[in-house]
Amino acid sequence: MTSRVCLASVCDKRIAKAVGCRCHKPVWEETILAETQTGTGGLLSIPALLHRNATEFGTVPAFREKEYGIWQTWSWIMVEQEIQALALGLLNLGVNKGDFVAIIGRNRPYLYWSMVAAQSVGAVPVPLYQDANAEEMAYVLDHCGARFVIVEDQEQVDKVIEVQDQLHQFEHLIYLDPRGMRKYDHSHLHEYSHVQNQGRAAHDEYIKELEARSSALTYDDTCVMLYTSGTTGKPKGVVLSNRNVIESSKASCAFDNLSRDEEILAYLPMAWVGDFIFSVGQAFWAGFCVNCPESSETLMNDLREIGPTYYFGPPRVFETQLTTVMIRMEDAGNLKRRMFHHYMDHARKVGPDILDGKPVNFMDRLKYKIGDLLVYGPLKNTLGFSRVKVGYTAGEAIGPEIFDFYRSLGINLKQLYGQTEATVFIAAQPDGEVRSDTVGVPSPGVEIKVGDNGEVFYRSPGSFVEYYKNPESTASTKDADGWVATGDAGFIEEASGHLRIIDRAKDVGKMANGGLFAPKFVENKLKFYPNILEAVVFGNGLDECTAFINIDLTAVGNWAERNNIAYASYQELAGHPQVLSAIQEHVEEANRSVAEDPMLSGCQVYRFVILHKELDADDGELTRTLKVRRRIIEDKYSDIIAALYDGSPKVSTVTDVTYEDGRKGSISATLEIRDAAVVAVSQKMAAE
Amino acid sequence: MDEGYTTTDGRKIGGVVMEMKNITLRFGGVVAIKDISFDIREGEIRAIIGPNGAGKSSMLNVMSGFYVPQEGEVWFHGKPRPQMKPYQVAQQGIARTFQNIALFEGMSVLDNVMTGRLTQMKSGLFAQAIWKGKAEAEETENREFAEKIIDFLEIQAIRKTPVARLPYGLKKRVELARALAAEPKLLLLDEPMAGMNVEEKEDMSRFILDVNDEFGTTIALIEHDMGVVMDLSDRVVVMDYGQKIGDGTPDDIRNNQAVIDAYLGVSHD
Repeated sequence: MTSRVCLASVCDKRIAKAVGCRCHKPVWEETILAETQTGTGGLLSIPALLHRNATEFGTVPAFREKEYGIWQTWSWIMVEQEIQALALGLLNLGVNKGDFVAIIGRNRPYLYWSMVAAQSVGAVPVPLYQDANAEEMAYVLDHCGARFVIVEDQEQVDKVIEVQDQLHQFEHLIYLDPRGMRKYDHSHLHEYSHVQNQGRAAHDEYIKELEARSSALTYDDTCVMLYTSGTTGKPKGVVLSNRNVIESSKASCAFDNLSRDEEILAYLPMAWVGDFIFSVGQAFWAGFCVNCPESSETLMNDLREIGPTYYFGPPRVFETQLTTVMIRMEDAGNLKRRMFHHYMDHARKVGPDILDGKPVNFMDRLKYKIGDLLVYGPLKNTLGFSRVKVGYTAGEAIGPEIFDFYRSLGINLKQLYGQTEATVFIAAQPDGEVRSDTVGVPSPGVEIKVGDNGEVFYRSPGSFVEYYKNPESTASTKDADGWVATGDAGFIEEASGHLRIIDRAKDVGKMANGGLFAPKFVENKLKFYPNILEAVVFGNGLDECTAFINIDLTAVGNWAERNNIAYASYQELAGHPQVLSAIQEHVEEANRSVAEDPMLSGCQVYRFVILHKELDADDGELTRTLKVRRRIIEDKYSDIIAALYDGSPKVSTVTDVTYEDGRKGSISATLEIRDAAVVAVSQKMAAE
Repeated sequence: MDEGYTTTDGRKIGGVVMEMKNITLRFGGVVAIKDISFDIREGEIRAIIGPNGAGKSSMLNVMSGFYVPQEGEVWFHGKPRPQMKPYQVAQQGIARTFQNIALFEGMSVLDNVMTGRLTQMKSGLFAQAIWKGKAEAEETENREFAEKIIDFLEIQAIRKTPVARLPYGLKKRVELARALAAEPKLLLLDEPMAGMNVEEKEDMSRFILDVNDEFGTTIALIEHDMGVVMDLSDRVVVMDYGQKIGDGTPDDIRNNQAVIDAYLGVSHD
């Protein structure tokens, strides 16, 4: 502890030059490496990191939020004061050590502070998905037994009140936005700013208690509890300790040289482990600034204004952006369009190599420079990626074309493999070793092994403590030696040491003829077409594979407009014969690509149908992180699946849907089933 | 004068803000409104409903001072209101939206909302043109208010978008924003939900309730959608063929035989 403070205070910019270090970080990082096992010099919790940041570089921006059209900024000192006021207010309301404090809302500084305030009074923050419906929330709130719930606005208040009878430990509800709240019964409802004011007023009474509780936090205390989205069954509460979070943040910051100069945009769900690590773990560790968008609709504009240096997005975000760019380029003038395509072709050829520092001849470099001036630079600026130093995509496989598009522009987009139970990081791609088909090498401090059944296991300082109140699941996931099962099937490539993930282990099956069945592998190939938003492939234990397709309304809608095809709804467009033919071409092309893989050539899609509705998390068909829930889809659409296999050309079906306001309804449709050409694999092999 | 009443959801409704006394409005030989009286109380949401051609919009135009009735008087804050120019109406704290959206199509949403602040601006044309001193401070102040309204109506994402590029539902919302920017005491809404889909209607209803709740604005609205009216308003006036056929709480109206006849139709013999 003493050595750290001493070095850091010495390392002021002038002296730093004299002793040959460029900034604070390297100095204290070296000293703390030795202290890893016991925590780093007293920095055993997020509140401790906050205090360090406020003391050492207190005037540097810590949080920003765009409100009333202006970016409002809070420095680390201000953040510490805000969090302290809230923590005192929570003590005033009677929060106990070990209580669970649920947090529900979109990314807002106040809600991040709520998490840290909860930690500083010894309570455990539990962020929830804000778009979860009331029943989903009731399960989680009751499972963790949250006494306090901190929410963003009336919408969330209503949901909690709706289910409060099912919640046994629930006592206090704190809301951020007072709008529309006047008429509510305020006996156990509190406004966020009032709680803070009461906390400030009771400063002298509770400050000793607060300090005692904050300083009592150990490296093994729970830092946060995050519920997994649950592709199967009920969500599970993953308990992460301070050690998990701080060690993972430290290692990953070092891996990508993240410093306090980074800017990030916090826009992914707060309940997701990634957001917790980026916007809290890494942000508090490295001391960089977290920017919160004005609203979900202004996201792209806010992204452009902030120009983050460190960016994170699931593949879907990158896909959507690319689709938008392509649509807008098709609407652009002839000259612009030709210039765009000419230089993008060049970028695809040499861009990734230039990014990786590989040798590229002078003329190509020159042309790339010109392209940068005319096309890539302005495009990156429009996308908000001008300043991105490191960008990550994770959660799902990303299409190689999409991945290469961003990399060819000179954006250092990389892949990451992780999960909640690992505190995100299992494997990541180092600079210069980036490929679209692997997820990289084991992250620092992570050991990886592949089981006999092909399942990937890991052991790391970030491995979760347990599933809350669920020892059976904990035992079946994490063994006595600390190896955690990922549930994913994959292998380590001999030549490069990179990890490759094939599919969820439980989804991998066998075709009737004994060939390997890996639905995700095929689905990803299909989803890489901009017209296809989602695909679900069936065929485990059967002779042939079939697929459900969801079209991308933006891309297909634009195409329809261009070709004067009128449509009134998603359903109508999805059933249009020309759309079916276009999708059929995609499926057949994907089949040709699947046929090239010797292990998985049996997974070609013989028949497919375009669903009459988009798969939706509100209907339980996707998780809140937008992953496909296979079992539920198989049950719900069993009639369509049956029709896919009995050879009928059409199927009539009625589907229950949930509207955004929670009402239920049903839609009926007659869907056309198409056959897709497949490549005869055995013949092909014979021909070769 | 009486003291108002308390609504079913516990809101206190104050004294009379505007009172229509025996209004008759004629266009040549056509009688658009025939001897109608009703009042609007402070803080309430007052709806005027009726079938097509009942004279609802004419009534709203009388309230806003745009039409001058041949007979009867409009009392505002306890005094008979003289004939006024539109800007005088605005200065009195009355703002309105239109059935057929009347925004400046070429201007951005923000600029449109700012025009709602014009009555609050005191500095002269010259001071605004050279953009110095008081004019600048005033602009900042008004922009801040406009931003609060933009935030309130959740139209941040289209702040800088020209109005012409917006879909219909959003234009309606922008119009409401402009009316709110004038900080009205009485807000007149002419079919705020006409031509909207269910989701847009729900949003708009929520905004109207929130405006009433948050700013305490008295709201008078014309609407076709009976479901919306019954959910939103505290008291309802029903018109048919220029005459008032009902006045009371939504429950009263629902059980009023004359209203049922007007909406479901009976043979006129």
